[in-house]
Amino acid sequence: MKDFLTDAALPFCKGCGHNHVAVNTEKALQLLGYDPLNVVLVTDIGCHGIIDKSFLTHTVHGLHGRSVALATGISAALNDPGKKVIVFIGDGGATIGMQHLIDAAHNGFNMTVVIHNNMLYGMTGGQPSEFTPSGFKTPTLPEGGTKTGYDICKIISAVDGVSYVSRLEGISDFSEPLAEAFSRKGFSLVEVMEICPSYGVKSNPGMKLSNVVENAGLSIKKFVDKETEVYKTGIKKDLQPLFSESDAIVTLFPTKLEKPVRLMLCGSAGEGVQAAAEFLLKAGMTSGLNGIKKGSYPVTVGVGFSAAEVILSSEEILYTGSPNPDILCVTSADGLEYARKTLSGMKGGKLFIDSSLQVPETKAEIISFPFRERGGAKNSSIYGIFYLLMKTGMFPMEALLGVFNENKIAKKFDVDKMFQLLNEPWAEGMSDKKMTVSK
Amino acid sequence: MEMKQIEKRLIMDGSELIVESLARSGADVFIGYPITPANLIYSYSHERFPSFFAAPDEISTLQWMCGFSASGKFPVTASSFPGFALMLESVNMAYMMELPMLIILVQRLGPATGTATCGAQGDLALLNGMISGGFSLPVISISSMKDCWELPNKAMKMAIDLRTPVVLLTSKEEIMTLAGFSISQLPEINLIKRNYYSGSETFVPYQTDDSLVPEFLPVGNTYHQVRFTASTHDKKGIIQNTSKEAIDNTKRLEYKHRQNLEHHLYYEYDRQSGADTLIISYGITASAAREAARLLRADGKKISLLIPKTLLPVSPAYFEIMNGYEKVVIAEENLSGQYRNILFGECGNKNVVGVNGIAEMITPSRIIDEIINI
Repeated sequence: MKDFLTDAALPFCKGCGHNHVAVNTEKALQLLGYDPLNVVLVTDIGCHGIIDKSFLTHTVHGLHGRSVALATGISAALNDPGKKVIVFIGDGGATIGMQHLIDAAHNGFNMTVVIHNNMLYGMTGGQPSEFTPSGFKTPTLPEGGTKTGYDICKIISAVDGVSYVSRLEGISDFSEPLAEAFSRKGFSLVEVMEICPSYGVKSNPGMKLSNVVENAGLSIKKFVDKETEVYKTGIKKDLQPLFSESDAIVTLFPTKLEKPVRLMLCGSAGEGVQAAAEFLLKAGMTSGLNGIKKGSYPVTVGVGFSAAEVILSSEEILYTGSPNPDILCVTSADGLEYARKTLSGMKGGKLFIDSSLQVPETKAEIISFPFRERGGAKNSSIYGIFYLLMKTGMFPMEALLGVFNENKIAKKFDVDKMFQLLNEPWAEGMSDKKMTVSK
Repeated sequence: MEMKQIEKRLIMDGSELIVESLARSGADVFIGYPITPANLIYSYSHERFPSFFAAPDEISTLQWMCGFSASGKFPVTASSFPGFALMLESVNMAYMMELPMLIILVQRLGPATGTATCGAQGDLALLNGMISGGFSLPVISISSMKDCWELPNKAMKMAIDLRTPVVLLTSKEEIMTLAGFSISQLPEINLIKRNYYSGSETFVPYQTDDSLVPEFLPVGNTYHQVRFTASTHDKKGIIQNTSKEAIDNTKRLEYKHRQNLEHHLYYEYDRQSGADTLIISYGITASAAREAARLLRADGKKISLLIPKTLLPVSPAYFEIMNGYEKVVIAEENLSGQYRNILFGECGNKNVVGVNGIAEMITPSRIIDEIINI
């Protein structure tokens, strides 16, 4: 029979239930025939956690209340039901780390959690925990607890995925029920009820553990014992690279720009601003240019403004900002609001703006066009980029058409109608008229 | 134009390069909790990592990572300040236990939840002081798309070689911006091999040789008992109060980083002969600094440029470079000049000026104005 504990005296106060947990854990592991090196004991902060040095298993001593989460990582990494991961945690740790307990039980991570519940914080002077039952006194709660403490067994029993839950009194020999918990695959939990000899006994003279448990309305019993699915860590093989040379963009329309062009598209979420900007970027690249594209939008997807910046250049693009764009295309009121700061700083360049919008003060050349009316709100950005390319000719229209037609948006989109509408003399006239008015 | 025909140019973002680089380096598992602007790294990792875990919160994320690392797997996560703040105690734990892992910190505008979709460089001061007691947490900063490919591998190697968590520092603009990027010239990323203790004598978890880095064995191995401990501990990993052996072990955590720094020192130094002014910048602002240097040189002004990538611990090599200049301009996208303060303190240095700001990228013209004003 292999030893799991060193020969040295256990590090706990005389009469502390933690002694019993340590001794019964050794006995339970011996009953099950484990080898110490197939056992990982994970502890955290609290008196119970100083047990590490006494165990001959692997030991990991972590942060207050986090031992279950730490053990989750170990259990998932070992991914081996033959290894026994045991967590020692106190009622204080179980309070602060409740989420970890629920999560580990929910997922069926393979471990046994042993909660040392002495109903107070023993290491820091006997403060109450959320497990302190009604009427139970501690040095900083001399009037006694006024609320029922957490019934952790009930809480965890309610979680799908848990295989075993029991509560027992931490006296005499409880190695067999402990061994039963250790033998279950998946998530098991044992709550061991104790009274802290330093603070619990002194604050509640003459009170017996069984009375405390009974008064607290806590049942000493097995709550759950069932077959569950053990969490199995997926390890994918034959993973494909995220990108490959076969995706490279071919230069079809060699173009040279005298200087970099910085564009900004400003519209509303759901109106294709980001897609339009990506079409410009890709079309620029098929024209042999260097390019970048970035988006700006509020946190909530699908509401408010949507803006994108595109830089196209024959040279290497070092700086990816566009504080003063050469071309600003505004297709909605949301977009105009977002663009105001940029507009006021523009010292030249071109502003393409939807005819429905009031043109703000700017030094940019204003080109007004009814993008929303012609293309509909959803397509206003697409109309915007084709229109601005028609007017600027910074790279061949074929490049943009080629990129656009490859995209799924194009399938439901009438390109011929768009060109007809973009070229309509009436529209031109409107834009000229608006320009005149705004001046 | 012919060159462009040959180049294999793809439209990609920095996140894609980072994740692919880490996967090729041999990172085993991505554990994450979503947060803007780190979500692209999360989703690419889901596709590319051998194992992927969606943790229920950032404390769990770091704890799970510690569990994986203690078991011999290399874990990676990505977060931004609000999530990273929750990881702080657990990063200290990983540091104390000497668990290799990589945390990609994608900076966004603060304080608090600030603006999730606005870039920033506001977390360096936190990183510099976040290990309680005056210890340095290694921080590697990405300053270009090419860095997104090369530095994750180097940061991971640093984490493994020094047995420590490493922060790969970046920002929204760097990893979410799409760029036409040539992959033709990318160097190969090599799989990083782990070395485990193979001796027959009893394994002493925190015993070291002159490298000051203890050999590693995972928990669960069937040859030797392994202990990992977050509290002050001796070489055996047993909790101590303040015994000499234990405090020497704690001090070693800092010394090992300082002693081995030169093997993990990465920077770009673009020196122009005759220049009396040096621009220093890192991260997203390095792009403005590069452009500023280009424009100044085109105007006939002599200028040198230093882009530190191993930001922390600070290398003496940076001061040696700075000593060769009359003026130093340090540009970074935060309010007070965090790296400048790390280098020169609140008192500053009369030859050193900062170009700082928040909520928008620092422009090349602001750097140029500062230099012309000097």
